[in-house]
Amino acid sequence: MSEFSLYLLQQLINGLTIGSTYALIAIGYTMVYGIIGMINFAHGEIYMIGSYVTFIVIAGLLGMGLVSLPIVLLIVLIVAVIVSSTYGWTVERVAYRPLRGSNRLIPLISAIGMSIFLQNYVGLSQGYRDAALPPQVVGGWTFGDPAVFEVTISYMQSIIWIATLLTMTALTLFISRSRMGRACRACSEDLGMTNLLGIDTNKIIALTFIVGAALAAVAGILLSLYYGVINPFVGFIAGLKAFTAAVLGGIGSIPGAMLGGLILGVTEAMTAAFFPAEYKDVVSFGLLVLILLFRPSGLLGKPEVEKV
Amino acid sequence: MSQLLLDVNALTMRFGGLVAVNGVNLKVKNRQIVSIIGPNGAGKTTVFNCLSGFYIPTAGSVMFKNEQIAGLKDFQISRKGLVRTFQHVRLFSNMTVVENMLVAQHRHLNTNLFSGLFKTPSYRRKEGEAMDHAAQWLEEVGLLDVANRQAGNLSYGQQRRLEIARCMVTQPELLMLDEPAAGLNPNETKELDELIIKLRDEHEISILLIEHDMSLVMGISDHIYVIAQGTPLADGSPEEIKNNPDVIKAYLGED
Repeated sequence: MSEFSLYLLQQLINGLTIGSTYALIAIGYTMVYGIIGMINFAHGEIYMIGSYVTFIVIAGLLGMGLVSLPIVLLIVLIVAVIVSSTYGWTVERVAYRPLRGSNRLIPLISAIGMSIFLQNYVGLSQGYRDAALPPQVVGGWTFGDPAVFEVTISYMQSIIWIATLLTMTALTLFISRSRMGRACRACSEDLGMTNLLGIDTNKIIALTFIVGAALAAVAGILLSLYYGVINPFVGFIAGLKAFTAAVLGGIGSIPGAMLGGLILGVTEAMTAAFFPAEYKDVVSFGLLVLILLFRPSGLLGKPEVEKV
Repeated sequence: MSQLLLDVNALTMRFGGLVAVNGVNLKVKNRQIVSIIGPNGAGKTTVFNCLSGFYIPTAGSVMFKNEQIAGLKDFQISRKGLVRTFQHVRLFSNMTVVENMLVAQHRHLNTNLFSGLFKTPSYRRKEGEAMDHAAQWLEEVGLLDVANRQAGNLSYGQQRRLEIARCMVTQPELLMLDEPAAGLNPNETKELDELIIKLRDEHEISILLIEHDMSLVMGISDHIYVIAQGTPLADGSPEEIKNNPDVIKAYLGED
């Protein structure tokens, strides 16, 4: 293979890696939107909290002398998912439930307030500056001719793919097979009717915030280990990117969020391949504008039907 | 003897200066089909909305099984056994027919997340029971052979019947149907007619009906209430209503 095509392959691998994590975060946006028709603007901060929990737990475990990587990662996974889900549930309780039934703009503003609060709460307790962690997972596979171009798939990248795949499979099974998943789908079609059938829809809404937060926590673990650097504001840009992915795929659609995340990640990586890397944000948000202009329902979303 | 299931007294609903319902009385006994008729805009659906908890009535009492239910939330009322349908079909149209039936039994399948994740024996048993119950009702309304189709792909008549079946798995005692025959062809109306009678005679529930199709109303009702412009005009057996001069005047106008 030529140098150029190997280079593109490398960018594709990098893009799919980032795209997987966008997809994980995007599902949280899309599930909440699907049920209550609102964007959870504090969702990026849940991801950020997941990243901080990862750093704190790893630093703590290493300090205690625990070095077995699989065990460390397992403990990180459990703790980060529990902590982030608790925050997700709290956001719903504090910023959304008291405002149910009021004008749509009001919970939007309270969610932005929640987001600013969480950024500064983490900033005050953990410091506003970048926190760094040495890479925990090193090495990878390389192939291609060393004289032309070497393509690398790092072990961390493969962990991200596998973890994303497992999480998505679990979510899909939960939504399509379980009793609670069935209730979630019913709520997203007709919240009022679901309520009328005697289902406590408040519980289902809380559950979607919790599930979304758990997925964001998984993304937080993966990306913080991948980059090795975090600060209290990483949730803002990651949240915007994931939101773009959700809109791109069709907001409200879970397969759409998965697809949108991957497309966005690959688009960014390809942009970085040909232009200065700073342009990747320009391209991804340019894509958001184009989608909103020409296909507001997204790739897999259904056209908006006016509700009576 | 048949007992009083629903007893509505002097029900009044005002929206600002507009009096939509004014002093309506309704009585539904056990195992009775009762209809509310009246010209368009008479306030029939508003009465339904007051009874099912969509609106809180301005005045009057709504006693269901000797218990005041005016002011309760819609899901509390439906849990007490008073369930309604709407003028337009409100199925979960992206879900399959049988999933619609299972969602309606969600509350009865009181299992926790843990048992659902690991498919414990009690979870399997409860899901099995819910499935049997769903199948029994789909059979009853003649939809068993389309159980795995998407609800949105059914014919209009089938969707109407699925709505009734979905209400029935919640085990109601009073079923309120808002214009169930609207948009049905004569054949489908006849099937609906038979289904409603079967619900009363075999499943021993009561039905409160809003309907414009006079042949349906006159054919199956035990008692009929007529309201016009939100006010009660007459009530009685189908025979009495047919011959009531006030009712004829309200429907046909004076000349």
